Parts: sequence; C-alpha cells; structure tokens
Amino acid sequence: MSDEQQKKKFFYLNRKAPYGTIYALESLEVVLIGAAFEQDVSLAFVDDGVFQLMDNQDAAGTGMKGFSKIYRALGDYEVRKLYVEKESLETRGLSVEDLMPITYEDEDEDYAEKPSIILVDKSELAKIIADQDVVMSF
Amino acid sequence: MTGYDVNGSVVEHDEEGYLTDIGQWTKDVADIIAKAENIDMTDEHWVVVNFLRDYYDEYQIAPAVRILVKEMTKKYGKEKGDQKALYALFPYGPAKQACKIAGLPKPTGCI
Repeated sequence: MSDEQQKKKFFYLNRKAPYGTIYALESLEVVLIGAAFEQDVSLAFVDDGVFQLMDNQDAAGTGMKGFSKIYRALGDYEVRKLYVEKESLETRGLSVEDLMPITYEDEDEDYAEKPSIILVDKSELAKIIADQDVVMSF
Repeated sequence: MTGYDVNGSVVEHDEEGYLTDIGQWTKDVADIIAKAENIDMTDEHWVVVNFLRDYYDEYQIAPAVRILVKEMTKKYGKEKGDQKALYALFPYGPAKQACKIAGLPKPTGCI
C-alpha cells in the first residue's frame, strides 16, 4: 500500500479461552491472513481471552492441537501490539509474568527485540478501541 | 484419499498434495514429492525446505512468502533471501511448493 492515508486500524478483540472452542485459533488465522494487507493491526485480550497468552500451555487432553507458539510468530508478521487488560488478569489471579514472552524486532533500532505485550486498564482499552477503524470480536 | 508411493508404502496426501500426517515426512518422502512437482532437489532447495521445517518447529505455522523472504534474508543474507531466487527454485511459489516438499500444511496467510 503506497498511500499512507489508506492504512486502516484493525483491532481484534479476544475474549475466550484458547481451547474448548475454535474462536481463539480462528482469530489468529484471520490476524495472520489480514497481516498480508499491511494494515495497522492490534490485538486485545480480555476476560478468559487472557488465557490464550499463558506461558507453558499443555494442550494434551483438550482434544485440540496446541497452537500457542503461533503468537510468538506475530512479530514476524508485523503485529506488534498485543494489549492485555489488567482487570481480566487480576480477576483470574494472574500477572504479566504468567504470560509467555512475545517480542518483535525493531528494524529502526538494529533489530532489537522489544516486548509486544502491553498491559492496559479498562479505561485505556476503551480509548484504544474508540480509535479503531475496524473492530472484530472473537 | 491418494498418496505418494515411498519405497512401496503409501504416504497419504490431501487433494492438493500436502501430507495428511506431518509425522510421516522423511527426506525420501521429500524427494518423491519434489519429483511429483517436477523439481530436482539441490542443496539450495534443501536450505529452503530445512528453513521452513525449523520455522514450523518453532512457531507451529508455515510462513507466508513475504515472511519467508524476510527471515531468509536475516539468516542467510540478501542472495538467498531473494524473492526472485526463491521463485527460480520453486516456480509455483516458494512457500506453497517448498512447504509441500517439507511436509508442512499449506501456509497460513497465503492468498
């Protein structure tokens, strides 16, 4: 896309646990396909959606193939903003340290690895969502 | 469901030729898939196939062409991470064709 003006803000809201339903995996597939269009993409994880980013997931016994490693490839696809809602983590007794480390390489700073996960509270997230062009909820 | 004939045993693939069970992949299987795709495997082909298998092992996805070019450039330099060079090796698309030979699923985000 040559014209910067045409870039739209795409926002994917993830609210469900990774296994048991297909929502989390479907969301990830849509994000990866959408990433080919070079838009401004960000993801948010709220409610049980925060479980999608848990470190050391073991999908054995869920009847689904584990896919948590795919989140770590998002940086390669230039998806660099993964907002996690603070209140959702706290309600579940979790903190950012329980989530897997996800990074991207900043080409402007000699490919330094930077964290993609951004902790935000409910009101900050509401402002971010209000600023988007396209919001998709999974 | 049809399959590749690998030394007398059948390795199943889907209607597009991608392996049904990634666990059945061996270098022999790769050579046979390559033959079906009219590709003579050289060291340069193997660099790409091995790269894709490593990437899949780490991230559980087969990368789209754009990502393959970017990551190959980072790892092996501009000469190998070149879209034209990759298409010369795999005329029907480096990600699509090389992934098939690597025994991986069709790349996500490949349109």
